[in-house]
Amino acid sequence: MERTYLPILLLLGFAAVNAVAILGASHLITRHRPTPVKQQPYESGMPVLNDARERFSVKFYMVAMLFIVFDIETVFMIPWSAYYTQLSCAVPLVAGACPAGQASFFGLGEMLVFMGILLAGYLYIWKKGALQWE
Amino acid sequence: MPLDPMQLEPAFWPFLIATVVKMLVVFTLYMVVVAYSTLAERKVSAWIQDRHGPNRVGPWGLFQVLADGVKNFVKEESMPGDVNRPTFLLAPAIAFTMALTAWAVIPFGAPLPTPWGKIDLIVADAPIGVLYPLAITSLGVYGIVLAGWSSNNKYSLLGGLRASAQMVSYEVAMGLSVVAVLLLMGNVSLPQVVALQAAGGWNVVLLSVAAFVFMVSAFAETNRVPFDMAEAESELIAGYHSEYSAMKFSMFFIAEYANMLTASAMFATLFLGGWDIPFTDWDTTGPATVAKALATFAIFAAKIGAFMLFFIWIRWTLPRFRYDQLMSLGWKFMLPVALAYIVIVSTGMLLLDIAGVTRGSGAYLLAFLGLNVVLMGLLFVILDRGRLISPASSRLDRARVDRLRAVAAGRSSIAAGEVR
Repeated sequence: MERTYLPILLLLGFAAVNAVAILGASHLITRHRPTPVKQQPYESGMPVLNDARERFSVKFYMVAMLFIVFDIETVFMIPWSAYYTQLSCAVPLVAGACPAGQASFFGLGEMLVFMGILLAGYLYIWKKGALQWE
Repeated sequence: MPLDPMQLEPAFWPFLIATVVKMLVVFTLYMVVVAYSTLAERKVSAWIQDRHGPNRVGPWGLFQVLADGVKNFVKEESMPGDVNRPTFLLAPAIAFTMALTAWAVIPFGAPLPTPWGKIDLIVADAPIGVLYPLAITSLGVYGIVLAGWSSNNKYSLLGGLRASAQMVSYEVAMGLSVVAVLLLMGNVSLPQVVALQAAGGWNVVLLSVAAFVFMVSAFAETNRVPFDMAEAESELIAGYHSEYSAMKFSMFFIAEYANMLTASAMFATLFLGGWDIPFTDWDTTGPATVAKALATFAIFAAKIGAFMLFFIWIRWTLPRFRYDQLMSLGWKFMLPVALAYIVIVSTGMLLLDIAGVTRGSGAYLLAFLGLNVVLMGLLFVILDRGRLISPASSRLDRARVDRLRAVAAGRSSIAAGEVR
């Protein structure tokens, strides 16, 4: 356990410390001379009308929701795919391979059912126009 | 036979020290390569456009990156008045941290023998393997969306939203293309994926369709041309980092190139055999030696370099997509293609099992190669024909084009008449 995840934690910590150190050092070194004009948002030189944090198109929320649905499908498929050799074999594997004549439709069949349901949902959102950008 | 301590697993403390050393070396290497890929990008762009590119600072402009780095470090940081300060400062740090953490599970060479044991050239051999880079690069989206939102700039907000929507959309296609690789490899651990490719064939020929989907998704995930919606400079100034200056901008820049590098490394690992040297068994069999470690690292670097060059080359070859085309390519083309491909690959594997063809044998690999040649042919010739991937030219009405041409010809004759 510590051999697999400790290095990742170390690296994450190191990268984060680096990020903070670089930003902090740059903040200390540079001169700060803010003026009202400098502090305006840069919108191609046009006078800024109002706050930018307005409502935006609902399409983006739609994409986020669809993403969650389909990404969870993907995450579900990953263990299935890594275990597929065993799932498509009626008996336990011998030296990592299926003994001759023992191939089974089980693994594929299960995933075809799942994909069928997924496909129905996909066609539904397509026909509903959720994938349509105007 | 006496056991050679140089070929054994190291004890815990040597392992930890080796890990820290590897981490520091690769991290430094990453920063240097990222810095120089900005120069490479400018140089290659210049050559493609028949210019010289940066050539003033040092020989062939080699010190340009240092000059840029110093400049960004000492420049004044402007902080627009109405930004949300905590998130505005946090965003570049998140983007940077996540971009420079994602490579941890990618193996970059054959094991290195040392007096303290055999050191695997990988920072973290995590059992979750391929899922880790996918997860961490997704966290990078937070940096972009926070930057866009906290800047209080309409262009930044639009850039951040576009970038996040695009990245999550192509994330699905990328994940599904990886599923196809895992099906054939039967493993999520990247060193195992490399070993299986070294023993069999490279996935780029066995799973060409997945490689294609992964490649397109990699361009979209890293916000590169032709999918650079996030900072389409003719539309959104600089997108989500319009309001960032000096080092905070640099952090986004570093993150962007580090993501490109990670995407190249992932492509090389999943589809180009990782650190495997082609057409020889010397690197993967027998005891570990220093020469093998160095040679495999060099070949891995060469593969990454080739893909980075491809990234830059594409930038000056393809025009930018329109946003709706980008989204429909992702959701209506890449996603169903990747899903169908998973079904085809798993069915093919089952049929070959039923037919009694041994996994990894010549016939098995040939069958997959043939299948993929057929599928790639189908993909490009029958499905596409310029309808989905480049809809702009094909949707033009022939008759209208001819009418426009006639008008143009008429104008030139009128112009000629005036001269006469």
